Amino acid sequence: MDRVRDLASKKAAVIFTKSSCCMCHSIKQLFYELGASPAVHELDKDSYGREMEWALRGLGCNPSVPAVFIGGKFVGSSKDVISLHVDGTLKQMLMDAKAIWF
Amino acid sequence: MPEASRVDSFCLSDFDQSVGNHLENAVELNGNPVNNLLKVSSQTISPGPVHLGTSDRLPTSVDKGQFTYLEDRLSLLAQKVRSTNQVIIPSGDTENQEGSVMADGSPRTDISTDADTDEKNQRFDGGQSLAVGGSDSSDRSKDKTDQKTLRRLAQNREAARKSRLRKKAYVQQLESSRLKLTQLEQELQRARQQGIFISSSGDQAHSMSGNGAMAFDVEYARWLEEQNRQINELRAAVNSHASDTELRMIIDGVLAHYDEIFRLKGTAAKADVFHLLSGMWKTPAERCFLWLGGFRSSELLKLLVNQLEPLTEQQLVGITNLQQSSQQAEDALSQGMEALQQSLSETLSSGSLGSSGSSGNVANYMGQMAMAMGKLGTLEGFIRQADNLRQQTLQQMHRILTTRQSARALLAIHDYFSRLRALSSLWLARPRD
Repeated sequence: MDRVRDLASKKAAVIFTKSSCCMCHSIKQLFYELGASPAVHELDKDSYGREMEWALRGLGCNPSVPAVFIGGKFVGSSKDVISLHVDGTLKQMLMDAKAIWF
Repeated sequence: MPEASRVDSFCLSDFDQSVGNHLENAVELNGNPVNNLLKVSSQTISPGPVHLGTSDRLPTSVDKGQFTYLEDRLSLLAQKVRSTNQVIIPSGDTENQEGSVMADGSPRTDISTDADTDEKNQRFDGGQSLAVGGSDSSDRSKDKTDQKTLRRLAQNREAARKSRLRKKAYVQQLESSRLKLTQLEQELQRARQQGIFISSSGDQAHSMSGNGAMAFDVEYARWLEEQNRQINELRAAVNSHASDTELRMIIDGVLAHYDEIFRLKGTAAKADVFHLLSGMWKTPAERCFLWLGGFRSSELLKLLVNQLEPLTEQQLVGITNLQQSSQQAEDALSQGMEALQQSLSETLSSGSLGSSGSSGNVANYMGQMAMAMGKLGTLEGFIRQADNLRQQTLQQMHRILTTRQSARALLAIHDYFSRLRALSSLWLARPRD
């Protein structure tokens, strides 16, 4: 959990993924499209990957990846990200966290 | 009688012309041609080309008969002009000589005022048909009934066609399942010979997936019926200018019903994701626009923007942003799907899938199959997010619009898909040689 929090606070937009996860690919693409450059951490390439995945599940993220953090705060999984994007909240969050400028 | 025959060959327009020549002399004329004629007749009429009588003055007793005859014809004519249901068509024959009087734009025809003539000319110019005014609405209502009947017939055909297709699809599924079963049994035999334990619960999954597809088709048909009912209720409320409160109630029902289909699709995606992705539960024309097992929200919004006017500046911005957001999300999901396809084909094409002699190769094969199975499992997630996007877009649209606009939007969406379904019906029923 600490590692998750630590990594999440290092950049305005942070996404935890797995290299084999294609939905993670979708969410990454969405962020790129919005002009954000999120930090991407692949759990299957991290030595603490298993613990991190467990921690993310503990936060309520199901499936555990993709897990999105903006401004250090946990936002949710793909379902949450899409819902927030549709009503414009995602963009606002990214702007507030200075991940994007417009 | 010579007089009579002369009357018969009498040409009213000639009469008009000669009369017209004298109308500058202080005869007040109103729009009524009969009155005008009567007024004029009290003046001196020069003989001219008229065969009415040889004397300068008005009708002798002999000519009175002819005059009465003319009066009668002109009063009939006046009646026709006064009634608004007919436009008199000019024609060459004697029967319609009155017509040529009335529609004649000649400036010499001063028997009626200029305004009258203009009005009649406009009617003449406007359309050379007799169907004006009252007769129009009855044609339109007949068209409406015809349209209703046609629509009903099309819907019936569509429903019948759909159930035939479903039956066909089910039978085809059964056949292909049987083939697959035989193949799998053979593979199992081979694998068992090599000492690998494989559980035999596969046949259960097969029959379940068949049931999953059929069950969803049935549920979807039921859902459509209920939606039709709700939309009709909404349409009636809109047309009868119901209050916002009443509209909101119906709209909430419609949106809740949409939630229901997304829930049903979620369950069906677990049972048979490929059935949903194939779009076989939709009609052919709808399948044309299939994206991740359903419609594209961004396309729907594009259609609606024009129909929702007038929109406030804020609303326009909101709808445009919504369209852009849904487009971006669609693109993101599409790219994820492409990545999945690529990953899947890489998995299946890697390694040596040659001889099934050594157990090592078989283990490889099984490993790759397991990985491929995992990837296929993520398809359900994509359909789920695509439906999530559709659901969120509908709800956000409702938030941006006023109650009345939301009602119109929901009606427009339903009508659009209705037409696609009707189109499918027509397409399937088209004559083929």
